[in-house]
Amino acid sequence: MRASSSSAGLRLAQAAVLAGVFALWHVLTVPGILPPFYFDDPHRASFFFGEPLKVLGRIWHWFVGGDIYRHLGVTLVETLLAFAIGTVLGIAVGIWLALAPLASAILDPYVKALNAMPRVILAPIFFVWFGLGIASKVALGVTLVFFIVFFNVYQGVREVSPVVLANARMLGASPRQLLRYVYLPSAMSWVFASLHNSVGLAFVGAVVGEYLGSAEGVGYLIHQAEGVFDINTVFAGILVLTAFALILDWIVTLVEKKLMVWQPRSGETERI
Amino acid sequence: MSPPALALENITCTFVSGARGGARYTAVRDTTIVVAPGEFVSVVGPTGCGKSTLLNVAAGLLAPSAGTVRVFGEPLAGVNRRAGYLFQQDALMPWRNALENITVGLEFRGVPRETAQEQGRDWLRRVGLAGFGDRYPHQLSGGMRKRVALAQTLILDPQILLMDEPFSALDVQTRQLMENELLELWSANRKSVVFITHDLEEAIALSDRVVVLSAGPESHPIGEYAIDIPRPRDVSEARLTRRFLELHAEIWHAMKAEVLKGYARQLQ
Repeated sequence: MRASSSSAGLRLAQAAVLAGVFALWHVLTVPGILPPFYFDDPHRASFFFGEPLKVLGRIWHWFVGGDIYRHLGVTLVETLLAFAIGTVLGIAVGIWLALAPLASAILDPYVKALNAMPRVILAPIFFVWFGLGIASKVALGVTLVFFIVFFNVYQGVREVSPVVLANARMLGASPRQLLRYVYLPSAMSWVFASLHNSVGLAFVGAVVGEYLGSAEGVGYLIHQAEGVFDINTVFAGILVLTAFALILDWIVTLVEKKLMVWQPRSGETERI
Repeated sequence: MSPPALALENITCTFVSGARGGARYTAVRDTTIVVAPGEFVSVVGPTGCGKSTLLNVAAGLLAPSAGTVRVFGEPLAGVNRRAGYLFQQDALMPWRNALENITVGLEFRGVPRETAQEQGRDWLRRVGLAGFGDRYPHQLSGGMRKRVALAQTLILDPQILLMDEPFSALDVQTRQLMENELLELWSANRKSVVFITHDLEEAIALSDRVVVLSAGPESHPIGEYAIDIPRPRDVSEARLTRRFLELHAEIWHAMKAEVLKGYARQLQ
């Protein structure tokens, strides 16, 4: 009882913070509520910061009018493709390099260099290579996701317990079975540890790609609005993206809970 | 006469460390240990005397610098397929539950899933864990994990069982329970056992024969003692018999100097 009532209180406080921020935003930007104290022109504040009611109205129109779904769909497809391709590549290359010390030693400086490079600058090249459609955004997302997954898998395979490995060999595992029964599951636990990060970055890749050049997607909407100084639409796009990212994160948490039952959680007690 | 189940012949193991092979360490020198089919042999010795090295050589996980390993008369190449290995540390796969851990060896051999599951459940019951099949290793106690590991190894019915201080991490009571269970499982289906321990009492209580190793480096056997305490034994009762005390006194007398030597070396 107590726990649930305090968590309800917490939710209420969190909602109050949101309402407070919107109220403050409203009061500070709508012309005529407060006497101007920073900008000379009372309309200047709403020009730079938008007005929350108009922003929410814009979101309402998007969802009721149905304009947004196509763009959200495109962004979602780009995110999922970037995530899937980046993860598969990261796992494959991670396992390969972890099990091939010579190749790993040779490629080490290049891997480091690629990782250190700000990969968003690759976007123009991808536009040239893959055009302004979905493919270039997916490519950008893949370069972001790949390295996170790659480093985690590499680490995961390197840190497989030698005893577990020796035990599997004594139980008769062939090299291929070692890969499937020991290296992969061990690497997967590291992949899941980085899932929040990699889904988030796939999303970043998609939106940034759209922003830099495209004809659909939420990033494109934001870019369009910015071009005509429609700050309310920019803010509306940002809010939609944020909510969307939260939903993705929540799905990842669900998947993680489902797949990682074997991992001990700290302080966990078990009912017998 | 049938060949011995396991014969380590003149085994020497030298480890090289340092960038240019600067530091050499000979863990085991010129060691011969022969185990007959169905015989339970314990190897005791002070800490750091290369007991685990010998066991890894017998398992085929480590190639000796010199000497040969014969398994039922045939020279060993690669991993010893006729041996099961019970490790000192936890060796279960944390991402598989108890039942899946027990059946994993059968899966490696391509046994159909249904058959494997059935045998696995049978073994769960035999090691006293019926109903714990869906627990993951982190949800089991140390003793339970050892039981799972034991079932995981025995389900494959190896002819040789290699055990590396398997019970050293357990508390005294659990340990005696596990020792009795091991003897029971062993007497039902006699395998050759090589049991490594630093605990002389455990070695005498379990074995047919005890081999004492000298302190490392370059350790080698310095004595072999047949244990003529009648079977079946209960480990906690066997420890109270007169014969046990005599044997203990005799072997300890031989071991003591080596233990002190090993200890002194550790302090350096």
